[in-house]
Amino acid sequence: MAIKEPERIWWKPYTWDEKFWVAVALLWMLTTFTFMPVYHFIGKQNPPFETYRVRNPEQFTALVDAMVEKYKVGEEEGIPVVHPEPGSDVFLQASMWQWYPILQLEKGKTYRIHVYSLDIVHGMSILPINMNFMVLPDYDYVLTLTPTTSGEYHIVCNEYCGLGHHMMVGKLYVK
Amino acid sequence: MEFRTCSFTGLKIHKPAEDLIKWNVITAVLFLTLGGLMGLLIGITRWPSVHYLDPTYYYRYLTLHGFDALLVWIIFFEVALVHFTSAVLLNTRTVIPSAGWIAYSLMLIGAIFVNITTFAGKADVLFTSYVPLKASGVYYTGVIIFAVGALTAFGHFFANIIQAKRDGAYKHSLPLGSFGMAAASIIAVVTLAHGAVIMIPTLLWSIGLIKYLDPGTYRLIFWGLGHPSQQINVCAMVAAWYMVSAFVLGGKPVNEKLSRTAFVLYIFFINVASEHHLLVDPIFSNWHKIINTSYVMHLAVFASMVHAFAIPASMEVALREKGYTNGLFEWLKKAPWGNPAFSGTFLSIIGFGFLGGTTGVIAGTEQFNIIRHNTFFITGHFHGTVVVGTTLAFMAFSYLLMPYIFKRELIMPRLASVQPYLYFIGVSMVSIGMMAAGALGVPRRHWDITFSGAPFSFTFDPSVDMFLSIMGLGTLLAVFAGVIYVVVIIGSALFGRRVAP
Repeated sequence: MAIKEPERIWWKPYTWDEKFWVAVALLWMLTTFTFMPVYHFIGKQNPPFETYRVRNPEQFTALVDAMVEKYKVGEEEGIPVVHPEPGSDVFLQASMWQWYPILQLEKGKTYRIHVYSLDIVHGMSILPINMNFMVLPDYDYVLTLTPTTSGEYHIVCNEYCGLGHHMMVGKLYVK
Repeated sequence: MEFRTCSFTGLKIHKPAEDLIKWNVITAVLFLTLGGLMGLLIGITRWPSVHYLDPTYYYRYLTLHGFDALLVWIIFFEVALVHFTSAVLLNTRTVIPSAGWIAYSLMLIGAIFVNITTFAGKADVLFTSYVPLKASGVYYTGVIIFAVGALTAFGHFFANIIQAKRDGAYKHSLPLGSFGMAAASIIAVVTLAHGAVIMIPTLLWSIGLIKYLDPGTYRLIFWGLGHPSQQINVCAMVAAWYMVSAFVLGGKPVNEKLSRTAFVLYIFFINVASEHHLLVDPIFSNWHKIINTSYVMHLAVFASMVHAFAIPASMEVALREKGYTNGLFEWLKKAPWGNPAFSGTFLSIIGFGFLGGTTGVIAGTEQFNIIRHNTFFITGHFHGTVVVGTTLAFMAFSYLLMPYIFKRELIMPRLASVQPYLYFIGVSMVSIGMMAAGALGVPRRHWDITFSGAPFSFTFDPSVDMFLSIMGLGTLLAVFAGVIYVVVIIGSALFGRRVAP
């Protein structure tokens, strides 16, 4: 009984139903537990892990500015729209409360998107496909991705970043 | 020494242990009231057609809801369980009661510090306080004082069982309820050590003594505190499930070996598994994440699967022994559904397993995490584990503590007997509504998903409004049931008819 000291010998053999349940549970756990790394190789969508330390925020900002200057194709609500070289390194900078700039990507091309935060922790949620990544200050997180569907996407911040958190909405185009 | 014999259970109850349990339970319930009130306010704010609070107050009350409902209510109740399982259940004494009172005072002072600072608007950093978001130093001081108090209280468990062994209160093995709380206390020590490792530097940083704290490291060690502390809750909750089954039905685990092994699995594997919080963080390699979240997490999930078998089995065996042996399910039909201690426990098992547990395994998988991280789905998941699971289990257990420890009958027993059902339905609606909205991309911790004032606006799938309304209605129902609970418990503690000790 759970409220009394057990009889001296509680190291009893399992009954058949216990064995059965433990076997089923263990098998199930083993399946899920092998499938996660297996899917890592056969699946097409895994969390990226390439990351670099950003020692000097100005350096990152300089890269962003250089990209904007070189590839700017328009402007929306004061935020530049950038159409970078397909398959290149592109930069996305988060700050309170803005995603900068608006990226225009080409379908089927692979990009290395460097995301970085200038101030505090942000969350990058690409909607409506609902893909989510953390954006941390001092870390350059490289999302290697290949857009497969063209259209207009929004980037919403999903980690609390102060009072204007709900206003932190950006855009992403796939052509 | 001052002992009395409980007329319901035959347990010998030490007066200081009884007092400590009483005060910890009442304090827990008061903080649950506060946390629940905050839950009501933020819940109806996220209900689009009500959208009640301003953003300032939404985030402020969200911070407090997390702290009071997740931490303060649950840990105070667990401290009551510490004394219940390490003294009362063993028919022995609580050693050095003054240490219990010091722990109680520290926890209370810490909780009050945090509440006052947050109400004053000096700590709008949410429960997780990710650096470099900065709160006033008083906030971190409060958290540290609370944690030191909690550490003292869990340490008390070990002091008690060592003394109990010396006194001959048990000869070989602890009862399973105490064994579960021993697992909880071991995890608590490890967890609160993580808390110290990260909260002390954060305090120094907030008052300017340390220049820099790494945000990635903060998240890693914070979740070494944040997730394992949920495992303290799981162990305490499972211990409470076993004890209710034993007290109410006379149920005993079919095989103690199995149940105890499962608790040991929790101790070994659950702490490292907390890295699933960092699956889409820019730190660590994939293999690091895979090993911690896949390999290790599933061993802890396996432990939960064992309890999911052992506890209902113990109930079935006990009820069948009472003569309910017709067919496969007569025992289930004839179970004491009108007893809130039993019904609350049963619903807690169902809710924890199906709402909280399964969704946690899904969201903790490396690839699924990309489409669930920081969405409302996560909030829905942990309302399934912590609220339908732990909170409801503790509510159920407190209905037993009224006659056993407070020596009072429940006031309004009819209302009390429907309370677990209403609470279960309400919180399940909250949890399911959140999860459905989150699966469509609705973020957690977000004041306005219509993005008023933003340069661009995104429109969610129209069904999101319906799911968030389900959550809103569930909030109202859960709060209603919460009010019943608080009125019944506080009312019984103060005015319930006295029963023979």
